[in-house]
Amino acid sequence: MHWSLIIYCGVITYLTRFSMVFLLKKDIFNNKSKKILSYVPAAIFPAIIFPPIFLDNSGSLDLENNPKIIAAIFAIIVGFLSKNIIATIFVGLTSYWFLIFVV
Amino acid sequence: MNNKLKTLAKGILDVSPLMIPVFPFGIIYGVIGMELGIGPYMTLGLSIIIFGGASQIVLLQLFSGGASSLVIFSSVGAVNSRHLLYGAVLSEHLSTLKLTWKIILSYVMVDQAFAVSNSYFKKNKKNQNKHYHLLGAGFTCWTIWQISTILGIVLGSVVPEELGLSFTISLTFLALLINDFRKFKNIIVMLVSGIIATIGFNVIPFKAYIIVSALSALIVATLLTLTETNKK
Repeated sequence: MHWSLIIYCGVITYLTRFSMVFLLKKDIFNNKSKKILSYVPAAIFPAIIFPPIFLDNSGSLDLENNPKIIAAIFAIIVGFLSKNIIATIFVGLTSYWFLIFVV
Repeated sequence: MNNKLKTLAKGILDVSPLMIPVFPFGIIYGVIGMELGIGPYMTLGLSIIIFGGASQIVLLQLFSGGASSLVIFSSVGAVNSRHLLYGAVLSEHLSTLKLTWKIILSYVMVDQAFAVSNSYFKKNKKNQNKHYHLLGAGFTCWTIWQISTILGIVLGSVVPEELGLSFTISLTFLALLINDFRKFKNIIVMLVSGIIATIGFNVIPFKAYIIVSALSALIVATLLTLTETNKK
Protein backbone atom coordinates (compact mmCIF):
# COMPACT_ATOMS: atom_id res chain seq x y z
CA MET A 1 0.00 0.00 0.00
CA HIS A 2 1.18 3.48 -0.84
CA TRP A 3 0.90 6.46 1.46
CA SER A 4 -0.60 8.34 -1.49
CA LEU A 5 -3.70 6.09 -1.39
CA ILE A 6 -4.08 6.73 2.34
CA ILE A 7 -3.85 10.47 1.73
CA TYR A 8 -6.43 10.39 -1.10
CA CYS A 9 -8.76 8.40 1.16
CA GLY A 10 -8.14 10.93 3.94
CA VAL A 11 -8.96 13.81 1.59
CA ILE A 12 -12.24 12.29 0.35
CA THR A 13 -13.25 11.50 3.94
CA TYR A 14 -12.44 15.03 5.05
CA LEU A 15 -14.42 16.46 2.15
CA THR A 16 -17.53 14.46 3.12
CA ARG A 17 -17.31 16.21 6.51
CA PHE A 18 -16.22 19.68 5.43
CA SER A 19 -18.15 20.27 2.18
CA MET A 20 -21.60 20.77 3.68
CA VAL A 21 -20.34 22.84 6.61
CA PHE A 22 -18.44 25.03 4.14
CA LEU A 23 -21.13 25.38 1.46
CA LEU A 24 -24.37 25.59 3.39
CA LYS A 25 -25.74 28.35 5.58
CA LYS A 26 -28.54 26.15 6.73
CA ASP A 27 -29.77 22.64 6.28
CA ILE A 28 -31.10 22.12 2.73
CA PHE A 29 -31.89 18.44 2.80
CA ASN A 30 -35.57 17.67 2.98
CA ASN A 31 -36.89 14.93 5.22
CA LYS A 32 -37.01 12.40 2.39
CA SER A 33 -33.33 12.74 1.49
CA LYS A 34 -32.42 12.61 5.17
CA LYS A 35 -34.39 9.42 5.57
CA ILE A 36 -32.55 7.92 2.59
CA LEU A 37 -29.12 9.00 3.90
CA SER A 38 -29.99 7.47 7.27
CA TYR A 39 -30.08 4.11 5.50
CA VAL A 40 -26.40 4.39 4.46
CA PRO A 41 -25.02 2.20 7.31
CA ALA A 42 -27.73 -0.43 6.72
CA ALA A 43 -26.89 -0.37 3.01
CA ILE A 44 -23.11 -0.64 3.37
CA PHE A 45 -22.25 -2.60 6.52
CA PRO A 46 -23.90 -5.90 5.45
CA ALA A 47 -21.70 -5.86 2.34
CA ILE A 48 -18.76 -5.99 4.77
CA ILE A 49 -20.42 -8.43 7.19
CA PHE A 50 -21.83 -11.12 4.88
CA PRO A 51 -19.03 -12.33 2.53
CA PRO A 52 -16.49 -13.33 5.24
CA ILE A 53 -19.23 -15.22 7.13
CA PHE A 54 -20.86 -17.09 4.26
CA LEU A 55 -17.87 -17.68 1.97
CA ASP A 56 -14.92 -19.93 2.75
CA ASN A 57 -11.29 -19.12 1.94
CA SER A 58 -11.70 -20.24 -1.67
CA GLY A 59 -14.71 -17.96 -2.09
CA SER A 60 -17.41 -20.62 -2.40
CA LEU A 61 -20.62 -20.64 -0.39
CA ASP A 62 -20.22 -22.46 2.92
CA LEU A 63 -23.58 -23.08 4.60
CA GLU A 64 -23.07 -26.43 6.32
CA ASN A 65 -21.53 -26.63 9.78
CA ASN A 66 -20.22 -23.10 9.44
CA PRO A 67 -19.36 -21.87 12.98
CA LYS A 68 -19.38 -18.24 11.79
CA ILE A 69 -23.04 -18.40 10.78
CA ILE A 70 -24.04 -19.94 14.13
CA ALA A 71 -21.94 -17.44 16.10
CA ALA A 72 -23.41 -14.55 14.07
CA ILE A 73 -26.95 -15.77 14.84
CA PHE A 74 -26.12 -15.77 18.58
CA ALA A 75 -24.72 -12.27 18.22
CA ILE A 76 -27.85 -11.07 16.40
CA ILE A 77 -30.14 -12.49 19.10
CA VAL A 78 -28.11 -10.82 21.86
CA GLY A 79 -27.94 -7.56 19.90
CA PHE A 80 -31.69 -7.63 19.28
CA LEU A 81 -32.51 -8.23 22.93
CA SER A 82 -29.86 -6.13 24.67
CA LYS A 83 -29.14 -3.35 22.13
CA ASN A 84 -25.64 -3.44 23.66
CA ILE A 85 -22.71 -3.23 21.22
CA ILE A 86 -20.09 -4.81 23.50
CA ALA A 87 -22.38 -7.66 24.60
CA THR A 88 -23.07 -8.41 20.92
CA ILE A 89 -19.40 -8.60 19.95
CA PHE A 90 -18.53 -10.54 23.13
CA VAL A 91 -21.20 -13.22 22.65
CA GLY A 92 -20.41 -13.57 18.94
CA LEU A 93 -16.70 -14.02 19.55
CA THR A 94 -16.95 -16.34 22.57
CA SER A 95 -19.53 -18.58 20.87
CA TYR A 96 -17.27 -18.69 17.79
CA TRP A 97 -14.28 -19.72 19.93
CA PHE A 98 -16.45 -22.29 21.73
CA LEU A 99 -17.51 -23.78 18.38
CA ILE A 100 -14.03 -23.98 16.86
CA PHE A 101 -12.01 -24.96 19.95
CA VAL A 102 -14.40 -26.97 22.13
CA VAL A 103 -17.13 -28.55 20.01
CA MET B 1 -14.94 28.37 34.92
CA ASN B 2 -15.77 30.49 31.89
CA ASN B 3 -18.42 29.58 29.36
CA LYS B 4 -15.99 28.28 26.72
CA LEU B 5 -14.33 25.83 29.09
CA LYS B 6 -17.68 24.82 30.55
CA THR B 7 -19.08 24.03 27.10
CA LEU B 8 -15.90 22.18 26.14
CA ALA B 9 -16.13 20.08 29.31
CA LYS B 10 -19.81 19.40 28.63
CA GLY B 11 -18.88 18.07 25.17
CA ILE B 12 -16.26 15.76 26.65
CA LEU B 13 -18.69 14.56 29.34
CA ASP B 14 -21.59 14.01 26.91
CA VAL B 15 -19.58 11.92 24.45
CA SER B 16 -17.76 9.80 27.06
CA PRO B 17 -20.35 7.01 27.41
CA LEU B 18 -20.27 6.55 23.63
CA MET B 19 -16.52 5.88 23.85
CA ILE B 20 -17.08 2.51 25.58
CA PRO B 21 -17.74 0.61 22.33
CA VAL B 22 -15.27 2.77 20.35
CA PHE B 23 -12.36 1.62 22.45
CA PRO B 24 -12.56 -2.13 21.64
CA PHE B 25 -13.34 -1.22 18.01
CA GLY B 26 -10.06 0.72 17.84
CA ILE B 27 -8.17 -2.19 19.39
CA ILE B 28 -9.70 -4.60 16.85
CA TYR B 29 -8.76 -2.21 14.04
CA GLY B 30 -5.14 -2.02 15.27
CA VAL B 31 -4.87 -5.79 15.62
CA ILE B 32 -6.24 -6.34 12.11
CA GLY B 33 -3.90 -3.76 10.63
CA MET B 34 -0.98 -5.67 12.11
CA GLU B 35 -2.36 -9.07 11.03
CA LEU B 36 -2.69 -7.86 7.45
CA GLY B 37 0.91 -6.78 7.59
CA ILE B 38 0.70 -3.08 6.74
CA GLY B 39 2.89 -2.30 9.75
CA PRO B 40 2.49 -0.03 12.76
CA TYR B 41 3.10 3.30 10.99
CA MET B 42 0.49 2.82 8.30
CA THR B 43 -2.00 1.35 10.78
CA LEU B 44 -1.70 4.45 12.96
CA GLY B 45 -1.37 6.71 9.91
CA LEU B 46 -4.80 5.61 8.69
CA SER B 47 -6.31 6.45 12.08
CA ILE B 48 -4.83 9.94 11.98
CA ILE B 49 -5.29 10.76 8.29
CA ILE B 50 -8.70 9.17 7.66
CA PHE B 51 -10.05 9.06 11.23
CA GLY B 52 -13.11 6.97 10.39
CA GLY B 53 -13.20 3.45 11.84
CA ALA B 54 -15.60 1.75 9.45
CA SER B 55 -13.90 3.12 6.35
CA GLN B 56 -10.44 2.21 7.68
CA ILE B 57 -11.48 -1.42 8.08
CA VAL B 58 -13.07 -1.45 4.63
CA LEU B 59 -9.82 -0.09 3.22
CA LEU B 60 -7.79 -2.85 4.93
CA GLN B 61 -10.19 -5.56 3.85
CA LEU B 62 -10.24 -4.47 0.20
CA PHE B 63 -6.49 -3.96 0.17
CA SER B 64 -5.84 -7.47 1.49
CA GLY B 65 -8.28 -8.81 -1.13
CA GLY B 66 -6.20 -7.19 -3.86
CA ALA B 67 -8.63 -4.44 -4.87
CA SER B 68 -7.39 -1.55 -7.02
CA SER B 69 -6.73 1.90 -5.57
CA LEU B 70 -9.73 3.35 -7.40
CA VAL B 71 -12.10 0.78 -5.89
CA ILE B 72 -10.62 1.31 -2.42
CA PHE B 73 -10.91 5.09 -2.81
CA SER B 74 -14.55 4.99 -3.94
CA SER B 75 -15.51 2.46 -1.28
CA VAL B 76 -14.02 4.67 1.43
CA GLY B 77 -15.95 7.62 -0.05
CA ALA B 78 -19.17 5.59 -0.08
CA VAL B 79 -18.79 4.45 3.53
CA ASN B 80 -18.15 8.03 4.63
CA SER B 81 -20.90 9.62 2.54
CA ARG B 82 -23.08 9.65 5.68
CA HIS B 83 -21.00 12.62 6.92
CA LEU B 84 -22.63 14.75 4.22
CA LEU B 85 -25.79 14.44 6.28
CA TYR B 86 -24.01 15.43 9.48
CA GLY B 87 -22.45 18.47 7.83
CA ALA B 88 -25.76 19.58 6.38
CA VAL B 89 -27.55 19.21 9.70
CA LEU B 90 -24.83 21.06 11.65
CA SER B 91 -24.26 23.79 9.03
CA GLU B 92 -27.09 25.85 10.49
CA HIS B 93 -25.30 26.05 13.85
CA LEU B 94 -21.79 26.53 12.46
CA SER B 95 -22.47 28.98 9.61
CA THR B 96 -21.42 32.11 11.55
CA LEU B 97 -18.04 30.67 12.57
CA LYS B 98 -14.72 31.64 11.01
CA LEU B 99 -13.30 29.37 8.30
CA THR B 100 -10.54 28.13 10.63
CA TRP B 101 -13.16 26.83 13.04
CA LYS B 102 -15.03 25.09 10.22
CA ILE B 103 -11.80 23.45 9.05
CA ILE B 104 -10.94 22.19 12.55
CA LEU B 105 -14.43 21.05 13.53
CA SER B 106 -14.93 19.18 10.24
CA TYR B 107 -11.93 16.98 10.99
CA VAL B 108 -13.54 15.67 14.19
CA MET B 109 -17.15 15.50 12.96
CA VAL B 110 -17.49 11.74 13.49
CA ASP B 111 -20.64 9.74 14.28
CA GLN B 112 -20.48 9.95 18.08
CA ALA B 113 -19.49 13.63 18.22
CA PHE B 114 -22.24 14.51 15.76
CA ALA B 115 -24.83 12.64 17.80
CA VAL B 116 -24.15 14.41 21.10
CA SER B 117 -23.30 17.88 19.74
CA ASN B 118 -26.32 18.00 17.45
CA SER B 119 -28.66 17.46 20.38
CA TYR B 120 -26.70 19.99 22.46
CA PHE B 121 -26.92 22.62 19.67
CA LYS B 122 -30.68 22.17 19.40
CA LYS B 123 -31.14 22.78 23.12
CA ASN B 124 -28.57 25.60 23.46
CA LYS B 125 -29.07 27.78 20.37
CA LYS B 126 -28.28 30.95 22.32
CA ASN B 127 -24.89 29.85 23.66
CA GLN B 128 -22.35 31.93 21.69
CA ASN B 129 -19.65 29.32 22.32
CA LYS B 130 -21.71 26.24 21.55
CA HIS B 131 -19.13 25.08 18.98
CA TYR B 132 -16.78 24.32 21.88
CA HIS B 133 -19.09 21.41 22.64
CA LEU B 134 -18.28 19.81 19.27
CA LEU B 135 -14.59 20.60 19.79
CA GLY B 136 -14.61 18.76 23.14
CA ALA B 137 -16.69 15.82 21.94
CA GLY B 138 -14.75 15.50 18.66
CA PHE B 139 -11.28 15.56 20.16
CA THR B 140 -12.34 13.12 22.85
CA CYS B 141 -13.28 10.70 20.04
CA TRP B 142 -9.98 11.46 18.32
CA THR B 143 -7.89 10.81 21.43
CA ILE B 144 -9.70 7.57 22.28
CA TRP B 145 -9.40 6.38 18.68
CA GLN B 146 -5.65 6.98 18.53
CA ILE B 147 -4.97 5.41 21.95
CA SER B 148 -7.03 2.31 21.14
CA THR B 149 -5.36 2.00 17.71
CA ILE B 150 -1.93 2.03 19.38
CA LEU B 151 -3.06 -0.57 21.93
CA GLY B 152 -4.33 -2.71 19.05
CA ILE B 153 -1.00 -2.37 17.24
CA VAL B 154 0.83 -3.55 20.37
CA LEU B 155 -1.60 -6.43 20.91
CA GLY B 156 -1.61 -7.31 17.20
CA SER B 157 2.04 -8.25 17.31
CA VAL B 158 1.38 -10.84 20.07
CA VAL B 159 -2.14 -12.18 19.34
CA PRO B 160 -2.00 -15.54 17.52
CA GLU B 161 -3.76 -15.77 14.17
CA GLU B 162 -5.64 -18.95 15.19
CA LEU B 163 -8.03 -16.90 17.31
CA GLY B 164 -9.79 -15.92 14.09
CA LEU B 165 -9.89 -12.26 14.99
CA SER B 166 -10.81 -11.32 11.42
CA PHE B 167 -14.28 -12.60 12.32
CA THR B 168 -14.50 -9.66 14.72
CA ILE B 169 -14.74 -7.36 11.67
CA SER B 170 -18.08 -8.91 10.78
CA LEU B 171 -19.15 -8.92 14.43
CA THR B 172 -18.21 -5.29 14.99
CA PHE B 173 -20.18 -4.06 12.00
CA LEU B 174 -23.06 -6.29 12.99
CA ALA B 175 -23.01 -4.71 16.44
CA LEU B 176 -23.05 -1.22 14.90
CA LEU B 177 -26.36 -2.10 13.24
CA ILE B 178 -28.20 -3.36 16.35
CA ASN B 179 -30.51 -0.34 16.41
CA ASP B 180 -31.73 -1.34 12.93
CA PHE B 181 -32.69 -4.90 13.89
CA ARG B 182 -36.16 -3.89 15.02
CA LYS B 183 -37.03 -1.91 11.89
CA PHE B 184 -38.55 -3.98 9.12
CA LYS B 185 -37.47 -1.69 6.25
CA ASN B 186 -33.88 -1.55 7.51
CA ILE B 187 -33.81 -5.34 7.62
CA ILE B 188 -34.86 -5.46 3.95
CA VAL B 189 -32.11 -2.97 3.03
CA MET B 190 -29.54 -4.97 5.03
CA LEU B 191 -30.51 -8.25 3.38
CA VAL B 192 -30.36 -6.75 -0.13
CA SER B 193 -26.87 -5.42 0.56
CA GLY B 194 -25.58 -8.60 2.20
CA ILE B 195 -26.97 -11.02 -0.35
CA ILE B 196 -25.74 -9.03 -3.35
CA ALA B 197 -22.29 -8.72 -1.74
CA THR B 198 -22.10 -12.46 -1.06
CA ILE B 199 -23.16 -13.42 -4.59
CA GLY B 200 -21.18 -10.59 -6.15
CA PHE B 201 -17.98 -11.25 -4.20
CA ASN B 202 -16.70 -13.54 -6.95
CA VAL B 203 -18.82 -12.28 -9.84
CA ILE B 204 -18.43 -8.51 -9.71
CA PRO B 205 -15.06 -7.46 -11.14
CA PHE B 206 -12.40 -5.29 -9.45
CA LYS B 207 -13.70 -6.14 -5.94
CA ALA B 208 -16.36 -3.50 -6.49
CA TYR B 209 -18.89 -5.63 -4.60
CA ILE B 210 -19.12 -3.21 -1.68
CA ILE B 211 -20.03 -0.27 -3.92
CA VAL B 212 -22.40 -2.30 -6.10
CA SER B 213 -24.27 -3.84 -3.18
CA ALA B 214 -24.38 -0.56 -1.24
CA LEU B 215 -25.82 1.31 -4.23
CA SER B 216 -28.38 -1.42 -4.90
CA ALA B 217 -29.44 -1.38 -1.26
CA LEU B 218 -29.67 2.42 -1.32
CA ILE B 219 -31.94 2.25 -4.38
CA VAL B 220 -34.18 -0.14 -2.44
CA ALA B 221 -34.05 2.26 0.54
CA THR B 222 -35.04 5.14 -1.76
CA LEU B 223 -37.98 3.17 -3.14
CA LEU B 224 -39.08 2.24 0.36
CA THR B 225 -38.88 5.88 1.46
CA LEU B 226 -40.75 7.24 -1.56
CA THR B 227 -43.62 4.74 -1.35
CA GLU B 228 -43.93 5.53 2.33
CA THR B 229 -44.54 9.25 1.72
CA ASN B 230 -46.94 8.60 -1.13
CA LYS B 231 -49.24 6.75 1.22
CA LYS B 232 -49.60 9.75 3.53
